[in-house]
Amino acid sequence: MQQEPVNMPSSTPPEPGPNDPKLKKKPDTLTKIILTKFFRNKLAVAGGIVLFIIVTMAIFAPLIAPQNPGDVEMDLLNRLAPPSTEFIMGTDDFGRDIFSRVLYGAQVSLLVGFLAMLGGAIIGTVMGSLAGYFGGRVDALIMRLVDILISFPNIFLLILLIAFFSPSVGLLIVFLASLGWMSTARLVRGEFLSLRQREYVLAAKTLGMKTNRIIFQHILPNALGPIIVASTLSVGNLIIVESVLSFLGLGVQPPTPSWGNMLQSAQNYTIMRDAWWYPVFPGLMIFITVLSINFVGDGLRDAFDPKMR
Amino acid sequence: MLSYILRRIIMAVPILIGISILTFSVMHLAPGSPTSMLLAPDIGPEVRIAFEERYGLNDPIPVQYVKWMGAMIQGDMGYSLVRVGMPVSEMIMNRLPNTLILMGASTIIAIVISIPLGIISARRQYTVTDYSVTFGSFVGIATPNFWIGLLLIMWLSVNLGWFPSGGTHTLNEPFSILDRLHHLFLPALVLATADMAGLTRYSRSSMLEVIRQDYMRTARAKGFTENTVIYKHGLRNGLIPIITIFGLMLPSFFAGSVVVERIFAWPGIGDLLITSVFQRDYPVIMGITMISAVLVVLGNLLADIAYAIFDPRIEY
Repeated sequence: MQQEPVNMPSSTPPEPGPNDPKLKKKPDTLTKIILTKFFRNKLAVAGGIVLFIIVTMAIFAPLIAPQNPGDVEMDLLNRLAPPSTEFIMGTDDFGRDIFSRVLYGAQVSLLVGFLAMLGGAIIGTVMGSLAGYFGGRVDALIMRLVDILISFPNIFLLILLIAFFSPSVGLLIVFLASLGWMSTARLVRGEFLSLRQREYVLAAKTLGMKTNRIIFQHILPNALGPIIVASTLSVGNLIIVESVLSFLGLGVQPPTPSWGNMLQSAQNYTIMRDAWWYPVFPGLMIFITVLSINFVGDGLRDAFDPKMR
Repeated sequence: MLSYILRRIIMAVPILIGISILTFSVMHLAPGSPTSMLLAPDIGPEVRIAFEERYGLNDPIPVQYVKWMGAMIQGDMGYSLVRVGMPVSEMIMNRLPNTLILMGASTIIAIVISIPLGIISARRQYTVTDYSVTFGSFVGIATPNFWIGLLLIMWLSVNLGWFPSGGTHTLNEPFSILDRLHHLFLPALVLATADMAGLTRYSRSSMLEVIRQDYMRTARAKGFTENTVIYKHGLRNGLIPIITIFGLMLPSFFAGSVVVERIFAWPGIGDLLITSVFQRDYPVIMGITMISAVLVVLGNLLADIAYAIFDPRIEY
């Protein structure tokens, strides 16, 4: 009997990989192979570094930001001041420092993106596991729900929910998560269908193991790779969706700064004529953040792909 | 063929029913009853009871759903709460042509830009051109298109004055097709950017697949010029999978149009949707949700049928 690949987050067979021809050397663990492959990808590493910087700056915003957006003061002397050493991203129409607001906005945008991703991944994993493990009617029901939700632009459902519930940031995260689990569910289900018949799962069943334990210890760890990749890529998308909603005035409400609602207040003729920095910087932050996340996600995908060497 | 199309249509029905159930459930789960929305708060209980009786608000929820759905199918979406007496269907139909014009123009722009880029990128795989196109599509995916819209308005409309910043036409002037196109260009371009990146990547990989085929080598061996080989033998086969991609992109197209219409004050259904959310005009919101669902499902259906027509290898 082969060793069980319990802590190996991929569906590759647990034989020595084809990349170590010298069999006398102890084969690398899969985690190590994946990490090595990830760190060889320059774009992914660059994305990871940028992302790390942005997250750190967002967490330590109170220490870094020159102004605290909590005490919203109107500073009419510095209204729409161009970028300078004092205000590195300039000021907005209230004379507030845009750089500070961008940092605090990062907290909101990243938090919403990350928590909604986590929620979506959990719901998706549970739904996919139920569908894949039990099959039959449960599977048919869940997969039809997935089909319905995927075939429809979910921003409409989000807007519908927002229209009826006028949500807080917390509820917004719940809504985003409850409409963002479908691709994970499909992935997990697929993984279950292919793993359900594997010898080690049959062996575990024959030994009388509990369903829970089979799912969590023997099947899910194998699906971890694709789940991580899909979830990482979804964070970028969620950050964009949040910014779109906030831009439309349906997401995070001012005075709490978010990248989207800053852009909403920048959409004004005088500001666009006189103060290019206001519409540019918050958008640039969304762009850089999402681009970095996508580079990391793509790097992870290649690293987890056993066909790519 | 006919039976294939019929089968597809029948498969689309459960999806529409599913979406209508979701929409209906949101309405029922939401706080606040229709009675409290429509009637003045100081109205007496007997009026309230009569009102609920008259509009079937005491019926079991499944009965209410069936009634609502029955009316929807007949095109009766109720009346606006804000513009009193205005049928929702009329409000939507007034706006829908603008949305369809915008989407049509964007589709054309996306095709004209993305497919050639994809072909060039595939022909020169692993060259600087290819890497630039791939990197460019990464950038495109990460850029929120409302931000591109804002920047273009700032640059081309506000500062240079080359394009109008919103609306479908210059007010108080006779109809002119040039003026319309002038207003249409920026919003259509911005909406197109939403799907351009994805479309370029799909065209590239689809062409790459085709380029390696045996019949391409045969065509070259016969002495055709490289352009004939690529565009006559390759493109026709490479385009087939792209049809499906169009169907899959439709939801994001609809989502994009909401924002784009909002930025450019384009009077389509997306703009109407957001206005209605702010005015709490619930029947309009539900009507637009259902109409978009129907259009998306219809679009997917058309893409499936087109695929079947263009790909002779498909068996029904």
